[in-house]
Amino acid sequence: MLWPLFFLVTAIHAELCQPDAENAFKVRLSIKTALGDKSYAWDTNEEYLFKAMVAFSMRKVPNRGATEISHVLLCNVTQRVSFWFVVTDPSKNHTLPAVEVQSAIRMNRDRINNAFFLNDQTLEFLKIPSTLAPPADPAVPVWIIIFGVIFCIVIVAITLLILSGIRQRRRKNKGPSEVEDAEDKCETVIAIENGIPCDALDTKDGCMNEAFMTEGERLTPL
Amino acid sequence: MAHTLGSEPFAEDSEEERPKWDNKFQYLLSCIGFAVGLGNIWRFPYLCQSHGGGAFLIPYFIALVFEGIPLFHIELAIGQRLRRGSIGVWTAISPYLGGVGLGCFTVSFLVSLYYNTILMWVLWYFLNSFQHPLPWSACPLDLNRTGLVEECQGSSSVSYFWYRQTLNITANINDSGTVQWRLLICLATCWVIVYLCVIRGIESSGKVIYFTALFPYLVLTVFLIQGLTLPGATEGLIYLFTPNMHTLQNPRVWLDAATQIFFSLSLAFGGHIAFASYNPPRNDCKKDAVTIALVNSMTSLYASVVVFSIVGFKATNDYRHCLDRNILSLINAFDLPDQSVSRDDYLALLTYLNATQPAHVAQLQLKSCHLEDFLDKSASGTGLAFIVFTEAIIHMPGAPGWAVLFFGMMFTLGLSSMFGNMEGVITPLLDLGVLPRSVPKEVLTGVVCLVCFLSALCFTLQSGNYWLEIFDNYAASLNLIIFAFFEVIGVVYIYGMKRFCNDVEWMTGRRPGLYWQVTWKLVSPLLLLSIFVAYIMLLAQKTPSYRVWNPQDEHFPSRQEKLYPSWVQATCVLLSFLPFLWVPAVALAQLLARRGRQKQQDVHPQLQDGCGC
Repeated sequence: MLWPLFFLVTAIHAELCQPDAENAFKVRLSIKTALGDKSYAWDTNEEYLFKAMVAFSMRKVPNRGATEISHVLLCNVTQRVSFWFVVTDPSKNHTLPAVEVQSAIRMNRDRINNAFFLNDQTLEFLKIPSTLAPPADPAVPVWIIIFGVIFCIVIVAITLLILSGIRQRRRKNKGPSEVEDAEDKCETVIAIENGIPCDALDTKDGCMNEAFMTEGERLTPL
Repeated sequence: MAHTLGSEPFAEDSEEERPKWDNKFQYLLSCIGFAVGLGNIWRFPYLCQSHGGGAFLIPYFIALVFEGIPLFHIELAIGQRLRRGSIGVWTAISPYLGGVGLGCFTVSFLVSLYYNTILMWVLWYFLNSFQHPLPWSACPLDLNRTGLVEECQGSSSVSYFWYRQTLNITANINDSGTVQWRLLICLATCWVIVYLCVIRGIESSGKVIYFTALFPYLVLTVFLIQGLTLPGATEGLIYLFTPNMHTLQNPRVWLDAATQIFFSLSLAFGGHIAFASYNPPRNDCKKDAVTIALVNSMTSLYASVVVFSIVGFKATNDYRHCLDRNILSLINAFDLPDQSVSRDDYLALLTYLNATQPAHVAQLQLKSCHLEDFLDKSASGTGLAFIVFTEAIIHMPGAPGWAVLFFGMMFTLGLSSMFGNMEGVITPLLDLGVLPRSVPKEVLTGVVCLVCFLSALCFTLQSGNYWLEIFDNYAASLNLIIFAFFEVIGVVYIYGMKRFCNDVEWMTGRRPGLYWQVTWKLVSPLLLLSIFVAYIMLLAQKTPSYRVWNPQDEHFPSRQEKLYPSWVQATCVLLSFLPFLWVPAVALAQLLARRGRQKQQDVHPQLQDGCGC
């Protein structure tokens, strides 16, 4: 007596979950790409976990009756690993609208990913777009900081160069004027000495008149 | 005036001593830095690649021997002998040729404008390289964060960063758009850096050149070592250097080789004349010319090895991505196990599936992947540096470090060339005595840099890149060839080959041999004339057009080709011929002045008798 009912139920289930059925979603996993050597095989236990995660996501939706694992139906599991799933209501006659399932999955996407050690690219829900992570924008863009540093260094260097150039020019202007003063003093000394030109510019000791120098004075004393 | 020049050295500046190089090495580095520029990195490898690989080296070296080295020797010799910038040198050789100097000065000014604009872009990329991940590695998200920006997704993240986030380019040269403030502050920084380096002429630039001329070689070596370890580098090198002798039959190849040598050595700018004028009078300029020219060519070759290995790496990367995309499509469509098909099995699988389910395979619209297609994608100029290389750098481990090194190298390469350009502008102004002697040199260089900065503001507009291409194609090329032709003719025929050879013998200790005399008298002028004619024919063949980045275009991302509007074409013609107009203008002015003076002498003959001179 129960057997026809069982066949009826599985037949209805089979109709509810089919590729491209109403409110059905295709899921694709790339376990080997994500985990490489540490990949696990996809078996019925993993399928059970998947059903549990979907049921968990549906339970988190407010004002929705408690969804059981048996309400989530999987079908067409391929070697890829890909399969289709639907979520039915408690009466198991109708499937829940795709919009509700979609929003529930999106809310808990990261927890579903973590359960399988996968991410948005390796665990794909083919009609559910993932919310892309916002870019990490620092308050001040990095390039402005580097620009500020370089610009300040260059401006400081230019200022230093200009200042040192000004100082050099002042020293050059003072230098020739000092030499001119000494020449003026010597000229006055020569004028005082009655026109006899002096060879030595040593103004403190006076000018030596070599005509009066004897040979003896040139020789060092014994 | 030409008759007063004997074998004595030319008269020195009366009050201030002419600046001198600290040592010979500084002078050589300055000339090498001027000659070795961005073109060695992004023009020569492109020419090698598109003109038959290793076969291109044959016309290149022939042009170097018969055109590059002789012209270069002339420039260094007259600069060293006459000890003046370009305007002074040509006025000294013949007053009628003074226009050549003024023309060189104008071309140096125009080239400084747009060359520093390229450095502005390099600086912008350099500033953006100090972050991980690099900003051009991924597309930004669109406004509601559901996907990537459409323009970026349609092209690529590197193209989007270059055209949109850097240039913010318009779709039409008529549409100038607004000034981009980011580029404006980078341009200001570039000109401030240039001012800092040339503030006291060669006294300041001579110190900086040790770093800016040698640093690129260090970075090239580092990139070479890294590049050769990357996968696909050897394929790139083999494919791109394999000679294809048939290309030598195309005259365009010979024209490109001749122009490449000419522009690569930065001849006829007046910068080398200015540098040589600071040399001691007795200096072996022949050895200098040969050394610098050879170093320049060797640098081009060295750089092309680096560029080809990196291009090979990028092509292999793209080829592998293409294969992986196709494999993923097949696996997803036919539900094969994940990672079950390797790249080697791909072709076998495809043939099998094509045989069994051709309709399903055709539905997938797989792109065919061939390594040669990716290797053939050649790029030159800004496309190589800002699109191809930046994309290759993303895939290298430690990408920000490589980006910093690469753009630092490009900046120092361009900066050392800018020193030569600025010397070509500043030295003639100093020799002309534009500002009184009491005004310090720093003020003159500051004013020149400020004028250049203000003139270059047009390149920070959104259509700036299109204007830069115009300047690059028309401002320098024809004019420099004309001026170089006048240089050779002026020195050999007006100054006199015998007097010039005497001068060279006095400076170097050896008289120029047969090779030099034949090339100076015959070969170089003829070559320059034929290059000029060929260039004009090439430009006249088709109406000038430009390629536009237009996201609304149906063929996006390939660039749409548009013709220049008539006012822009007029600007192109002006740019091509205005600098040259100095030559007839000055010659005419001198002629009229002479006639005026002769008339005065005829009217007052007694002045001539009583002068006693």
